Amino acid sequence: MSATTIFGVCAAALVGLGLYGLICHRGVLRKIIAFNVMGSGVFLLFGVIARRGGLVVAGAGPTADPVPQAIVITGLVVAFAATVLAVALLLRLAQATGQTTLDTPAPPPAPTGDR
Amino acid sequence: MQTAVILSDLAALAAAHGGDLLVLALALPALALLPAFALGGRWAGRIALLTLPLGLGVAVAIAAAVQHGGVPIAYHLGGWAPPLGVALRADGLSATLLLTTAVVLCAVGLFARADFKVPAGSRETRSPLVFWTLLLGVWTGLNGVFLGQDLFSLYVALELVSFSAVPLVCLSGRPETLAAALRYLLFALFGAVLFVLAAALFYGTYGTLDIGLLARHLAGADPVPPAVLAAAVLMTLGLLAKTALFPLQVWLPPAHAGAPAAGSAVLSALVVKASFFVILRLWFDCLPAGVTQPAAPVLAGLGVAAILFGGVQALRQVRLKMLVAYSTVAQIGYLFLVFPLALGAAALPAGGAAQAAGALTGGMLQLVSHALAKAAMFMAAGLIAVALGHDRIRELGGSARALPLTVFAFALAGLSLAGLQPSGGYVAKTLLTAAADATGQWWSAFALQVGGVLTGAYLLWVLFNALVGFRAPPTLLKRPRRYQELAVLALALGALVLGLVPASSFELVTVGRGGLVGFP
Repeated sequence: MSATTIFGVCAAALVGLGLYGLICHRGVLRKIIAFNVMGSGVFLLFGVIARRGGLVVAGAGPTADPVPQAIVITGLVVAFAATVLAVALLLRLAQATGQTTLDTPAPPPAPTGDR
Repeated sequence: MQTAVILSDLAALAAAHGGDLLVLALALPALALLPAFALGGRWAGRIALLTLPLGLGVAVAIAAAVQHGGVPIAYHLGGWAPPLGVALRADGLSATLLLTTAVVLCAVGLFARADFKVPAGSRETRSPLVFWTLLLGVWTGLNGVFLGQDLFSLYVALELVSFSAVPLVCLSGRPETLAAALRYLLFALFGAVLFVLAAALFYGTYGTLDIGLLARHLAGADPVPPAVLAAAVLMTLGLLAKTALFPLQVWLPPAHAGAPAAGSAVLSALVVKASFFVILRLWFDCLPAGVTQPAAPVLAGLGVAAILFGGVQALRQVRLKMLVAYSTVAQIGYLFLVFPLALGAAALPAGGAAQAAGALTGGMLQLVSHALAKAAMFMAAGLIAVALGHDRIRELGGSARALPLTVFAFALAGLSLAGLQPSGGYVAKTLLTAAADATGQWWSAFALQVGGVLTGAYLLWVLFNALVGFRAPPTLLKRPRRYQELAVLALALGALVLGLVPASSFELVTVGRGGLVGFP
């Protein structure tokens, strides 16, 4: 079992765990963390692909591919921004209602002053 | 005659500078966003309102150049061609959507002037600043989605759209809108991470993310590698969550109904179309027919379920904005009928290409007329809600007399949604039904008809309540501005007259379709 395979399996496990958490956990904070676990799995997968070397340079020896690394950096920024936005919304929700889950189906928005 | 020559000269000029126009379409809203946010206060609105007509001009020029040239426009960033560099590309589909987006946003911007004005006596208030900067953000993201030619650019653009759209839902800050926005964000993130996972699988298999290069690799792949199959499923599933196709629609109604009217219009008319557009790109421009042919009926089956579910739910709603939101759930379903119709027609032994082009044109026409009509409906519903102080359908009595122009615009937009002559919706349904006949997919035609009946039913239910009921006109809390009503009316009329545009103009949609994978 090569290192690439081990890391690939780890990436798949992270994505699976994250997906489970994102769908099955009730608490929104847990869902946000699960999203980040899932994201880590994807970034690890990109790392595995980078280490293996892209197919474009197949035959040129075990050269690491720089493109997935650039993608991971961008992906990290996007995932960070997403997490910040989600946590900010959750904080506002918790301040306004005291709830940290989305269990009760949101009542239809009140009509007054509604545009 | 003279004007025709001048117009043709202008189109030729635009075609000569096509690549620069693509850059401008992407850079204009992004460059406007920065000073709008930095200067803030009254400047945010002023800059946005100044940028909107400029952006419309750019979109018109791109559409003219694509139509005139008959070939897609491409631009390689930094002069580096894929796979090294990143390409922007506008084919017929992109040009159509760029133009639709600019038109809808111009009307929304005009409409929103009254709602998002910094009140006299204060320098800066939160909701106008946030609204105008987010409007520009959504626009940047949408243009990025329509022009992006590689999967990672599309991912970043889709995220920009989501991050700008989610706060639009909770501009009022009321707790139920916060919950709706959070639910929307979680669905969007779920979709995004599946999308980027699929992009990793594509990259791992072929070493490129450029759609054109992937299509070339995939066309020769037989059998299709399992990693590509997994990537196709994951990416489509992620995009379906963002598009809110049944059964992933649970986030849409509270989010779209809870946003302020101008925000609802942008979300329902444009934002859900961005992820749909990427599905369209993926299925028609990238995946091989061996994958898409057998899987297309699944998408259409979900579409039929969405049409029925959305229509029935809309009839059951108590509040007007929720009704309009469920109508969006149903209308999204129509868009997914395109896949088996166009792909099925493309596989026909004779005359398939023309039928496939017809089906695709029908689908795009449905998308455009829904964008115009739904923006008009949401803004009309917003005007009614503010004027009456509520939007309970049963208590709309007399509002047609009190707000004749608004209710009239609502009705016109509804006619286009229901597919009545001469609206764009009518032509779209005619084209889709013709493709359903040609390919023997009777259930598609059936779903189109049932959907039309349901749309007609909930539209009549609203109009019935607005026209009859209380004999005395209700007292209005606030009379809508005339220009707001005119902006709504203009969009509704636009959806209606789309059916009167000469058929040759619709050839724009199919520019750049020839010889692509799954779409011969």
